[in-house]
Amino acid sequence: MGEKMSRKPYVREVPKYSWFFRRPRYMRYMAREVTCIFIGAYTLLLLVGVMRLSQGQAEYEAFLAALRSPVSVVFHLLALGFSVYNTATWFNVTPKALPVQIGEEFLPGGVITGAHYLGWAVLSLAVLLMAGVF
Amino acid sequence: MSERVYQLEVLRYHPETDSEPHFQRYSVSCEEEWVVLDALNRIKETIDPTLSYRWSCHMAVCGSCGMMINGEPMLACKSFLRDYQGVIRVEPLAHFPIERDLVTVIDDFMDKFKRVKPYLIPKHEKPVSEGEYLQSPAQLKKFKQYTMCINCMLCYAACPEYGLIPKFLGPAAISMAHRYNQDSRDGGRDERQEEIATTEGVWECSFVGACSEVCPEHVDPASALQQVKIKSTVDWYKEHLMPWVKK
Amino acid sequence: METIKTDVAIIGAGGAGLRAAIALAEADPKLSVALISKVYPMRSHTCAAEGGAAGVIKPDDSMDYHFNDTVGGGDWLSDQDAVEYFIQEAPKELTQLEHWGCPWSREANGSVAVRPFGGMKKQRTWFAADKSGFHILHTLFQTSLRFPSIQRFDEYYATDLIVDDGRCQGFTAIEMRSGQMKHFQAGAVIIAGGGAGRMFPFTTNGAVKTGDGMALAYRAGVPLKDMEFVQYHPTGLPNTGTLLTEACRGEGGILVNKNGRRFLQDYGMGPETPVGKPQLKTMELGPRDRVSQAFWQEQKKGNMVSTKWGDCMMLDLRHLGEKKIDERLPLVRDVSVSYLGVDPVTDPVPVRPVVHYMMGGIHTDIRAATPLPGLFAAGECACVSINGANRLGSNSLTELLVFGRRAGLSAAEYVRSGASAGNDAALAGKAAAAQARIRALFEKTGGRESLAGLRKEMMTTMEDNAGIYRTEGELLAACAKLADLRRRYADIELNDKTNVYNTDLLQALELGSMLDCAEAVTVSALERRESRGAHQRLDFVERDDKKFLRHSLAYYHPSGPPRIDYRDVVITKSQPGVRDYSGDHK
Repeated sequence: MGEKMSRKPYVREVPKYSWFFRRPRYMRYMAREVTCIFIGAYTLLLLVGVMRLSQGQAEYEAFLAALRSPVSVVFHLLALGFSVYNTATWFNVTPKALPVQIGEEFLPGGVITGAHYLGWAVLSLAVLLMAGVF
Repeated sequence: MSERVYQLEVLRYHPETDSEPHFQRYSVSCEEEWVVLDALNRIKETIDPTLSYRWSCHMAVCGSCGMMINGEPMLACKSFLRDYQGVIRVEPLAHFPIERDLVTVIDDFMDKFKRVKPYLIPKHEKPVSEGEYLQSPAQLKKFKQYTMCINCMLCYAACPEYGLIPKFLGPAAISMAHRYNQDSRDGGRDERQEEIATTEGVWECSFVGACSEVCPEHVDPASALQQVKIKSTVDWYKEHLMPWVKK
Repeated sequence: METIKTDVAIIGAGGAGLRAAIALAEADPKLSVALISKVYPMRSHTCAAEGGAAGVIKPDDSMDYHFNDTVGGGDWLSDQDAVEYFIQEAPKELTQLEHWGCPWSREANGSVAVRPFGGMKKQRTWFAADKSGFHILHTLFQTSLRFPSIQRFDEYYATDLIVDDGRCQGFTAIEMRSGQMKHFQAGAVIIAGGGAGRMFPFTTNGAVKTGDGMALAYRAGVPLKDMEFVQYHPTGLPNTGTLLTEACRGEGGILVNKNGRRFLQDYGMGPETPVGKPQLKTMELGPRDRVSQAFWQEQKKGNMVSTKWGDCMMLDLRHLGEKKIDERLPLVRDVSVSYLGVDPVTDPVPVRPVVHYMMGGIHTDIRAATPLPGLFAAGECACVSINGANRLGSNSLTELLVFGRRAGLSAAEYVRSGASAGNDAALAGKAAAAQARIRALFEKTGGRESLAGLRKEMMTTMEDNAGIYRTEGELLAACAKLADLRRRYADIELNDKTNVYNTDLLQALELGSMLDCAEAVTVSALERRESRGAHQRLDFVERDDKKFLRHSLAYYHPSGPPRIDYRDVVITKSQPGVRDYSGDHK
């Protein structure tokens, strides 16, 4: 009942660099985001490969040889793991971004996610075919 | 019916006496089938009448009693004591200034909600005397889930983006804009895009998805925001790559 | 004290208040509208209404049917001119809401769907699944954001009307966040403050429903009309009182006693109809007063299921199947499962009657005007009266639209008719006196009474003595007890004497409102020596049209019981008759 202003709202600051340790769901989100480092690094590596190819056969052979080093193999395995994780997490949320309504009902999320996995498999197969693996 | 004693640790803050919030422990006897809100009410009635919090309906439709319960944004009226073990920690909703105790200042949300024009802007005006607009059950279902938002703001408390970047319009406001954009009777999307297809709008969202996980009404704001992003991207391409195509 | 000047001020931002504000803004954008509410608009209790809103729209229905259902349902205590206006406006208002975006459930062809409801001869209840009130409230709130002339004052608690020169010219209100008192000086005031169900311990009503709007008008000398009529909804969850909508029965749910018998057939609502094929206006689709009374009778016979929450009847929805329950009654399933642990898809749900709605309220005429010039009222806090002695389910959501709009238009007319400007000094003086009253409560020390203690005694008194069936002895006891509680209320001391968001002060003021309303209920009930609609007297079991085909009017007295006066019911075309709910079998 005072005439003077008694309000003094208190603002709790969000810790800028440690907020994601607060909840498991934030950790999962950060893990998904961190995958981009490996995917980015792998993309760079591919670009280097293309550059080496343009520089001539010897350079390209040397590049391929370097890829066979244990460090490179470990990196590739890591990059593969992270990109699969990234892909899976994105595919799993595609029903949110791309809902499909047929008549009154929405397609179950599993169908949309499944379609993405199927597309992924088909594309991968096509790439492998073109690469002459089979 | 059986009662037992529960321990609640409640964040207290009184602007007239405190420089910062502190926890206060209460031991309170409650029925085992009660919710956290019932426990708070019993504390207020029998232990500490100075404890302040908002509540009304006790059935998860009025959206008043959003709080952090053991660190998770929850409606106190839908948080059952039986689901907790040990001390239950109750705090005001995260990311909002604390007015007092469990009462937060929600002006920011109210302003943002209004900014997105959350009302029908009819595609075709028609007088009431001509009756209702026809809308098929399928057209209704397209946006119905987004109408279920009770403005409880749990999604804002869950969203780390909003916590870090307060100018972000946030999940509930954008979802409501999307709700009207998806309504077959509405023609106001262009007006709303000016607010929501911006850096402070959907493009601040990095799809953590926490909003949908905590929504007590299963509204799925994350889906609304991703759909707005996709539609805005399509708009951009149409505008810049195919300027001859009308939106 | 800050003075806020406005053309029209509205107290309460639920369905009726919002509808009034929009009507004002549309009628004249130049009129400034202050919309004051003790909670944010979305929190108003309109949001908890489930089943739907009645309005004639389908070709097999007619205005006459809706009229007759409403008047008969109200046991002929409704004012028939008001009912006529109401039923004519109803479809327009519901269509207007549709134009504002309300997500009404639809038929396959895209037209609005309707469902059966208790006491209605035809299907005419518009619905949005089982969250109709929620969608109506949010549609109105969101629509109100379009209008720049509406200025909201959220979380302000109105304490006293300011009456000067024989007319209402504003009020004082506490801004909750600062604790500061503000003086709203207004050309006209509309009260849309909702009901007062919280005076009972077992109610569907949310914490906000404490009769503040009724008490404001009452203390300013405006009578409360027909306050003895308190509606029990037959089907509430037995532990929390959470409402399970009448639409449960509209969709085909049945009520059984412990022997599995659909006992309503034994209370003038039979013969039995086939399970899952609900027939309008009979059995489970009888009116709420009759169904709740039948429960009470069966309980007396020992035919109810005894549970740890007391005697219950069983609401059986199983035959509807999961798909229909999820589509039409998702909230019912959700609250039954979470609060009671019973899934209506697989088990019958124990339910019992629960205080739900006040038929009575601030006396208004058909224009939503009270006898006090400059003061209007609409919604549950008002009594026009269309509901008479018993409201039919789904008439109240429509009522708040029809009379909310009417109140807005009447207030606009009143303001534009050019009442002379108020006397600023006199008004400021009265505002200061109102502030002094609150300050006295706020600062008082040495009080011996506790707020929670008095509130509990009031609730127990109401439940024990003013329930479904009443007697002279019980009502006398209740009147005496409430008079005593009102005296003791003056001896309350607040535990919290700070300014910011002081809910101890808020609850003390709310208790004051409830005590005043409760006394109006019991004294009016004591004086009505007949049984009609929701007011049943074991000592006067018949309806007595000779003496009591009249509205009761309770006039406030600051230190004693209210004076009760009466006023004739307006009858235009339907003479009092027998309420027949025996279906087509007669």
